[in-house]
This record gives sequence, C-alpha cells and structure tokens, in this order.
Amino acid sequence: MTDSVNKSPTLPASRSLRAWLRDPAPQSPLQAQVQLMWIQWRRFCANHSALFGLLVLLVIIAAALLAPWIVSHDIYAQNLALRLQPANAEHWLGTDELGRDIYSRLLYGARITLYIAGLTALIITPLGLLVGTTAGYLGGWVDTVLMRLVDIFLAFPSLILALAFVAALGPGIENAIIAISLSSWPPIARLARAETLAIRKMDYIAAVRLQGASSWHIIVRHIVPMCLPSVVVRVTLNMAAIILTAAGLGFLGLGAQAPSPEWGAMLASGREFMLNNGWVAAIPGLAILFTSLAFNLLGDGLRDVMDIRHD
Amino acid sequence: MSQVISPLAQNTPSAGWRLLRRLSKGVISIGCTLLGLAALTFFIGRLLPIDPVVAIIGDNASQEAYDKMFKQLGLDQPLWQQFVAYVWQLLHLDFGIALTTSHPVAQDIARVFPATLELATVAAIIGVGLGVPAGVLSAMYRNTWFDHLMRFVGLLSYSTPHFWLGLMGLLLFYATLGWIGGPGRIDFIYEFDLQPVTGFWLIDSALSGKWEVFRNVLGHIILPASILGLSALAYISRMVRSFMLEQLSQEYIITARVKGLSWARCVWVHALRNIAVPTLTVVALSWAWLLEGAVLTETVFAWPGFGRYLTNALLAGDMNAVVGCTLLIGAIFVALNLLCDLLYRLFDPRTRQEEP
Repeated sequence: MTDSVNKSPTLPASRSLRAWLRDPAPQSPLQAQVQLMWIQWRRFCANHSALFGLLVLLVIIAAALLAPWIVSHDIYAQNLALRLQPANAEHWLGTDELGRDIYSRLLYGARITLYIAGLTALIITPLGLLVGTTAGYLGGWVDTVLMRLVDIFLAFPSLILALAFVAALGPGIENAIIAISLSSWPPIARLARAETLAIRKMDYIAAVRLQGASSWHIIVRHIVPMCLPSVVVRVTLNMAAIILTAAGLGFLGLGAQAPSPEWGAMLASGREFMLNNGWVAAIPGLAILFTSLAFNLLGDGLRDVMDIRHD
Repeated sequence: MSQVISPLAQNTPSAGWRLLRRLSKGVISIGCTLLGLAALTFFIGRLLPIDPVVAIIGDNASQEAYDKMFKQLGLDQPLWQQFVAYVWQLLHLDFGIALTTSHPVAQDIARVFPATLELATVAAIIGVGLGVPAGVLSAMYRNTWFDHLMRFVGLLSYSTPHFWLGLMGLLLFYATLGWIGGPGRIDFIYEFDLQPVTGFWLIDSALSGKWEVFRNVLGHIILPASILGLSALAYISRMVRSFMLEQLSQEYIITARVKGLSWARCVWVHALRNIAVPTLTVVALSWAWLLEGAVLTETVFAWPGFGRYLTNALLAGDMNAVVGCTLLIGAIFVALNLLCDLLYRLFDPRTRQEEP
C-alpha cells in the first residue's frame, strides 16, 4: 500500500482501504460501522479455535450446497453385492448395509442437518425475541403471563418436550423441526427479556417515547436491534444442542425417516452391523460431532468478540 | 442505612407474617407451573392425530360401541370440563392405561423407574466425584494445560451425541476388549440370583453378599453411567471453576495467604466451603438433566428403565404413557428446582434477608 499518499481528506476513494479502516476519526456512519466490524473481525481471527469452527462450518455448508456435483454415487442406489465394504478407492468411506455409498449419503445428510438447524433458528430467533422483548418492555401482567409460560416450557428438559411433541405430531422432518423449535425458544425469550430490562430504562428509549413512538415501534426498531447480538450468540451455541436433538430424534426413528440419509437415521440403521463393521456407525456420528463442535466453537468466538458476559 | 430504615420498622409486618406470605407466594407459583404442565400435556394429547376411541376399541367396532366409549372417555363434554377431569385424574396419580403393556401407566413407571434412578445416581456420583475436583483444579491452575484440557473435554462433551458415544463404547470395551458387560442390567444367567429389595441392583446384590453378581451388575452399569456422567462432569466442573475463581479473587483469600496459609489450604478448606451451596444446587440440577440424558442412553444400552419405556411408548404412539412420563419428568424438574431454592435459603443466610 505504498501508492501516492493523498493528503486531501476529501477524497477517501483514493486512499488505501487499510487507512480508511484505521482512520481514528471516521467521516461517516458507514465508515464507523465498517471499522467496528473490521475490529471485531480482527479480534475473531485472533481466536484460533473460533476460526477453526468457522472454517469447518464453511466446509460443511459448501459440501451441502455442492452435494449434487461432488457426490460419487446415487445415494439411494443399492448394491447388495458390495454391501458393508470398508473404505476403498471406489467408495471413499465404504458402503452401508445395503451397499449404498456412505460418502455420498454423508454429504446429502449435511443438507438435512443444516436444513433442520437453519429452519429452527429462523423460527426460534424471532419468536424468542418477540416474546422476551415484549415481556421485558411492557412489564406488568403481560410480563407475568409470558414469563409464566416460559417457565412452564422450561420445566421440561428440551429433549423430553421435543419427544412429546413429535409423538403427538407424528414422525418426520417437518414435525421434528416444529417440535425442536417449540422446545427451544424459551431460553431465547428469557435472555431477550433480561437484555430488555437493562435497555428499557436507558435515555434513548425515553427520548423515543417522548417523541410519541408506539410501544410496538420502540420494541421492534429500538430494543430488538440491541438484543440481537447476544441472541445471535445464544442461538449459535444452541445450534449445537439442536443438531444433537435432531440426530437423537432421527436415531430413535422419530425424525427423518429410513431411506433418508439423515445422520441420526444412518447411525440407527448402521447400528445392527456395528460389531463387525464399526465405520458404518462411526462415520455419521463423527459428522454430527464435527458439525456440533463447529457451532460451539463459533458461538464461543462470537461471544468473545461481542463482549457478551459469560453467564 | 439501618438508621434510615429503623423508624419505618414498626410499620413492616412481622417476620412470621412475611414468611407466611413468601411461602404462599411460592406455593401459588409452583401450583401455577404444575397446572401449566398439566395444560401443556393435555394440549399435546389433543394434538394426537390418532382417534383415542379407535386406539382403544379398534377399527372394526360397531358405531354403538364407539359412541359408548366416546362417552366413557368424556369426549362429549366441553373442553374445560375434560381438562378439569384430567387434572382431577392426575391428582390421583391416574395417568390412564398404557396401550403397550395394558397396565396403569403409574404402575409401569413405578416398575421401571428404579433402573433409571440407579443409572442416574451412579452417573451423578461419577460426575460429582470427578467434576468437583476437576473444576477446583482448573481454577487453581487457570490457563495451564490442565485448565485447557478440561475446557476441551467440556467442549467435546457438549458437542458429542452421547448415544453415539455409547455405541462406540460398546464397540470398544465390550465387543473388542471384552472388559465390560454388554447391553442390559445383568447377564441372563445371574438374573434369578438377585433378590429385588431396593430396586438398586448394585445395593441388592451387595446386600445378598453375592459378589459375583455384584461384579456383573457393576460391569453392566459402568459404561452407560460413565457416558451419562460425562455431561454432568462437564457441566459441574465448568460451574465449580467459575464459582471458585470468584471466591479466589475475594479479600479473605488474600488475608488467609498473608497469614501464611498454604495455597492448597486456602482453596480446599476456605474457598471450597464457600462454594458448597451453589455447587450443591448445580449437582441437584445436573441430576435432573441426567434423567433426560437417560432416554437415549437407555435405548442404546437396552437398559430396562424409564427412558426405554418412554421410547417404546413413543414408537407405539401410546399417548397415555408418553404424557405420564413427560409429566413425571416435569414434576421432578419443578421439585428439584424447589429443592435448590430451599437449599440456598437453608445454608446461605444472605438469601434469607427480605428484599426491600
């Protein structure tokens, strides 16, 4: 970055990007925002385990997205002559009890796992935020009723509650997502409420209220954005637990159903052949472990970056 | 502060009255939660796509029989009356008849629960026995290799599917090395040597003095309990570490050090006593989580307990059993939370002060 140093501060385009990012006096809100993100990114990169988590996650996402192009076999094609083969040049991770290629199934399984995790996050984040911030901001009987509801949901361990919901709704991926969402939004709501209680007394909220903003406007435009960072961190950390629950449901035969290459279901079907062919059960389990670990590492890293207190 | 408040003291209600009010508040709060549990399970039962009448009398029953059963189940009544009847049944511990076993659900649960209780208790012993020292040592040797190792173990434990770990454990220790017993609580040949007394087979076999049986039972319980205990270990050691770090930064520790006490004595005698109460509540809570973890672990190890009963009921669509089990777990959770609260009150005088 040794290009001609332009002394004039009115021409930011001609200055190097690095200087723009490091400018001690940002010229515009955009610059300040980008600078903050740059600082946070630097701090995130200093945390090697978090970076590793992000990297693993990106690899898994890429594998899931590119699955149709990088798989080596049809994931449903059975070949009983080649059943339970150990890893070889033709089948990189071996074959399962029906002669299906484990490597290909694993990649498609990543799609299902990420689909469940992503959709669950998309459901529980707005739901938890809305309930938590509304309860915290309005207070009074709204707070009492909503938090009592949260307490009731929290009185069950999430897996048991998810199992009960799946039992009522019937097995299947969509029902598993609903069940997991219903059982994992309460902690988010509680967190959002705690954040809101700290925020609602602040001057800027009073200023907005004096300008005549409605409660709804204040909650959605001024409180939710402030709660978002800590909620995102919590949801990222929850992803690990959600993936484990989804795999558990699949393993019990209550989540994704049999021919589907969901990792938990793969584990369940490989289980009978495990004693002589350990890899059939080991590989899907390792995939679950790595995905969950990646989310945990990423969540820890994000928490450090955003300076959120350890609870 | 006390001088400012004292003129008002005559207007504040007496200590007995305050206690009564706090108690009644607590009872109402728990009552609400329990009622909510009942409402939630009632709602879950309603969601079921299977017609409860058909589930009992079968598809090809006559319309007359159908109507009769429909009335007998109270399905012709308004919803709120059904709910009241449901709560009334629950108060009598009547969860209905399990379709899979055709026994009352309460009776079934009483039969299978000791197996789970034994498993969870052994797991808790492993979790506490290793978790508390590990947490204290991580705090003592913060940011050393031991601390990092414990953090790594904790992270792995949070990220590993425990049912998979159980399978791998069976593969390694049972199938390959042959160190432990396989699935189940006991080998078949010993099954009839055991006189059930407490329902805890470790205790039963020890009481009868048949050490061969005891060793067999121990060989069966050790792996599932260790795997279940791993999550408790991770949680307890993390919490103990943070409690301990908080204590070690207090001034009384510095005073003790200045007096010439050894570092080990400061930690293990002075600080440990101060973290005893929060640690106890963490242990109680983790014991409740172990009951949850038991569901999948029992399925893997064919452990004839509560978790496997629940799983079988789930797969069979046996809603009475599912709801009964769910409610029981919920009630245990509420009870343990209450217990933790009471423990705090009992052992930590600071929490007894009335909030202004």
